[in-house]
Amino acid sequence: MTTSTTAAEAATGSGWRKVARPLLVLGFWLGVWQVATVAVHQDLLLVSPGAVLVRLTELVVTGDFWSTVWYSFARIVAGFLLAAAVGVLGAALAAASRIVDALATPLIAAIRSTPVVSFIILVLMWADSSRLATIISFTMVVPVIYTNVLDGIRHRDRTLLEVSTVFGVPLLRRLPAIDVPAVLPFFIAACKIGIGLAWKSGIAAEVIGLPRGSIGERLYQAKIFLSTADLFAWTVVIIALSFAVERLTLAVLARTQARLADGPAS
Amino acid sequence: MITLRGVTKRFGDELVLDGFDLDLVPGTVTVLMGPNGSGKTTIGRLLLGLERPDAGAIVGLDGRRRAAVFQEDRLCEQLTAVGNVRLVLDRATPASAAVDELRRVGLDDESLAKPVRELSGGQRRRVAIVRALIAPADVVVLDEPFTGLDVEAKTALMSHVRERCAGRTTLLITHDRAEAEWFGARVVELTRPVRADPSGLNQQG
Repeated sequence: MTTSTTAAEAATGSGWRKVARPLLVLGFWLGVWQVATVAVHQDLLLVSPGAVLVRLTELVVTGDFWSTVWYSFARIVAGFLLAAAVGVLGAALAAASRIVDALATPLIAAIRSTPVVSFIILVLMWADSSRLATIISFTMVVPVIYTNVLDGIRHRDRTLLEVSTVFGVPLLRRLPAIDVPAVLPFFIAACKIGIGLAWKSGIAAEVIGLPRGSIGERLYQAKIFLSTADLFAWTVVIIALSFAVERLTLAVLARTQARLADGPAS
Repeated sequence: MITLRGVTKRFGDELVLDGFDLDLVPGTVTVLMGPNGSGKTTIGRLLLGLERPDAGAIVGLDGRRRAAVFQEDRLCEQLTAVGNVRLVLDRATPASAAVDELRRVGLDDESLAKPVRELSGGQRRRVAIVRALIAPADVVVLDEPFTGLDVEAKTALMSHVRERCAGRTTLLITHDRAEAEWFGARVVELTRPVRADPSGLNQQG
């Protein structure tokens, strides 16, 4: 009885801590921001968290806000998803073929080392600015997914692969039992990095290319009109969107991981 | 007949097999004995197609389906015992056969519901053995299959293995003479290092 009560209390305590800790951390940094605002005392340079919140509440009630969010969201997420698909497929091909691996390695290294602005300018010369965020997000995320997934494929348990060879386990059974569980943690790690990267590079591309009705365009206008509150408000929106996409993606992947533990379909 | 003729195998500088000969009579059990490092496991891996001989030939394996119990359990840790066994079933065998066979070797409903990473060493070994015996194989290699089992479990499983391997070409690798004798099968003893033995003195039984 005593033990179960203690366990229940401990569970409740840890649940409370789980919620309270991030809120306290957030509160701490908002406090620091507020103190800095008071110290700087110039709205043009640094607006207070309260002013940003006010501006956000003004923005979210407009239809323009939601169409702007949707414009950038759809393009950046499309770029990320495309990069995830191409990265996984490319890694699988590179793991299977030395020629693909040899050809892809310098390409991936070159993309990694190239400044994102070079790509942005190049894409603006080649394509319509409405496709810019998708292409740039895709280009920045592909190397991350490719490299991590290839690493995962190469770290599969060789002893289990031998089992599947000996028993002649068909590929469709082997994939969910041996390959995917081994690669998934690497893919999840890549997604954590990739989603943030997709948003950062996608928005940067929009700020330079200024596609009409994008978040990047709003950020640029905030700079032109010296509207620091708008700049901060849109930045908060970007962070929130990136966080939401990351949480959603990780939840889906965690669910996939759990489902794989149930074994092969009969 | 499955035949190894003049098989040589090196791993780096180490010569593991040197002109080794072995005949496996179809449908019978052959027991392979020998000290550590004498090449028992390598012979098993050659038969399973996991290694290629550097010289010599292996004849009679083409088109034969294979199954094995490895020295390690080699199970998919996140899957249940049934999930592991179902991986190797052919389409003709119902999934319920896996459950029946696992129950037969002593796994209860509670154990069957857990992922194998939560099972005891003995339970995991049984899963590995059932996986090899239920697979639709013509050639079965059992590499120290009863390691880690207590005497009672070992005796029960040996009977089960003998029953299930009847009619299949089976190579049982062991260092336990009592185990070898219990099977009453032809015993091939290896010395270390394995060398060509034209006199046939390293083969008994």
